[in-house]
Amino acid sequence: MEWRHKNLITLEGWTREELGFFLDQTEYMEELLNRPIKKVPALRGKIVMNCFFENSTRTRASFEIAGKVLSADVINWSSSGSSASKGETLRDTVWTLEAMAADAVVVRHGEVGVPDYLAKKLTKASVFNAGDGTNGHPTQALLDLYTARQKLGNLEGAKMAIIGDVLHSRVARSDIQAFRKMGVHVTLSGPATLMPENTASLGVGYVSDAREAAEGADILYFLRMQRERQEDGLIPSIDEYHRRWGATDSLVSLASPRAVVMHPGPMNRGMEIASSVADGPRSVILDQVRSGVAVRMALLYLCLGGVR
Amino acid sequence: MEGDGEVTAQTEQKWAEKASVLGKEDMERVLRRIAVEIVERNKGLERVILLGIQRRGVYLAARLREMLKEAEKVKVPSGELDITLYRDDISVLSDQPVVHSTSVPGDITGKKVVLVDDVLFTGRTVRAALDAITDLGRPERVQLAVLVDRGHRELPIAADYVGKTVPTSRSENVEVRVKELDGEDRVVICERTGGTESGVEA
Repeated sequence: MEWRHKNLITLEGWTREELGFFLDQTEYMEELLNRPIKKVPALRGKIVMNCFFENSTRTRASFEIAGKVLSADVINWSSSGSSASKGETLRDTVWTLEAMAADAVVVRHGEVGVPDYLAKKLTKASVFNAGDGTNGHPTQALLDLYTARQKLGNLEGAKMAIIGDVLHSRVARSDIQAFRKMGVHVTLSGPATLMPENTASLGVGYVSDAREAAEGADILYFLRMQRERQEDGLIPSIDEYHRRWGATDSLVSLASPRAVVMHPGPMNRGMEIASSVADGPRSVILDQVRSGVAVRMALLYLCLGGVR
Repeated sequence: MEGDGEVTAQTEQKWAEKASVLGKEDMERVLRRIAVEIVERNKGLERVILLGIQRRGVYLAARLREMLKEAEKVKVPSGELDITLYRDDISVLSDQPVVHSTSVPGDITGKKVVLVDDVLFTGRTVRAALDAITDLGRPERVQLAVLVDRGHRELPIAADYVGKTVPTSRSENVEVRVKELDGEDRVVICERTGGTESGVEA
């Protein structure tokens, strides 16, 4: 297959065939992580800039590892202590990155649309969206898809429940897009105050009762719940949230016998997920982290290669 | 065809078959001889492992393994090696080459590795394979078996076992077909009828 994407801003334009091909390539990338020497020369001489204007641990680290395993030089450009905090405009930042001859820019930003803006302005470098506001987090969706396919096989017709704060979740938005593309039926659940208005136009169902969403599901996806939501009056109390929408053993027991439990991390144990579930036999949360490295390797490899 | 300037014709039919080099029986005979030579050279099959280079080398290694099992009653451990990420032309190709699987039967340190590939041409694939092997362990020795040696080396690399030496011109391509992937066992020489030089396998 000829790879036609230089950037990853959103998965919207990716076809199902492209997703399938991408996941196949990811499998071979994961094998590299089992080797005694985890380094191949494929991206020698390429410069990858990690530009995180918002906090991140695993996304930033996994892009960094992915680049390094493929022999790219990875530079971390964090917002605190950088010129962004000195009032540099985004446009000046772009020109700076271009002047430094970056081949790829990985960007996370609190504002929706920043990766898209960078991709339009940067003439040479590839741009990868590592999360923009509440809009999207496409590499998270790819690693979730990869992990689910690895555990369940073909995802066509599988049932998925996404439970929690969908309204503020860029992970949910990207996952809905990606999993639906692979033929997965998605149902949302969570407090009505934390649901987007347009669930139907997203092509997914919504049920307030988490038990109904979990019933027979093959993938149970729990979203991170921010404690500030309680202060904003969007959830009644942490205890009640945990009882009604948290990942508890009794909720998980309603899912299909082969079901997997996923969470994008970092987890709030006792809030959206009980420790017994997080560390239980259904949990694939650590597999997700490992997949994250392999997925980002495949992305860097496919988008940075060649003479484009 | 000469003067055929149509773009679609060029991209769709880049190579025309010119001559057949090895038929199905020839291929089998040649591989049997290589199997015998491997046993001879290594004084048996102790610590010998076969590594097929993706993609057709993998199938040729599997044939050799079967032949060695028949003749010597030994199951030689075998694996597959993908050299894509070690290629030296990765930044000049117009499209990123597809990665295939690598799987090695256990630790290769201290083993006698026989690399198996279909065609030896510039030697660049073998150079990449040697780098890949170095990252996987430290074998006692590495040997190279190829079905066809077509010349035109660009690096100081030679094969230990050669099925057939075929003199070619650079405008030709040697195509090894295996029934698992191509529906038949045959080696043919093809000649370019259009298209660009990119995409020629090393």
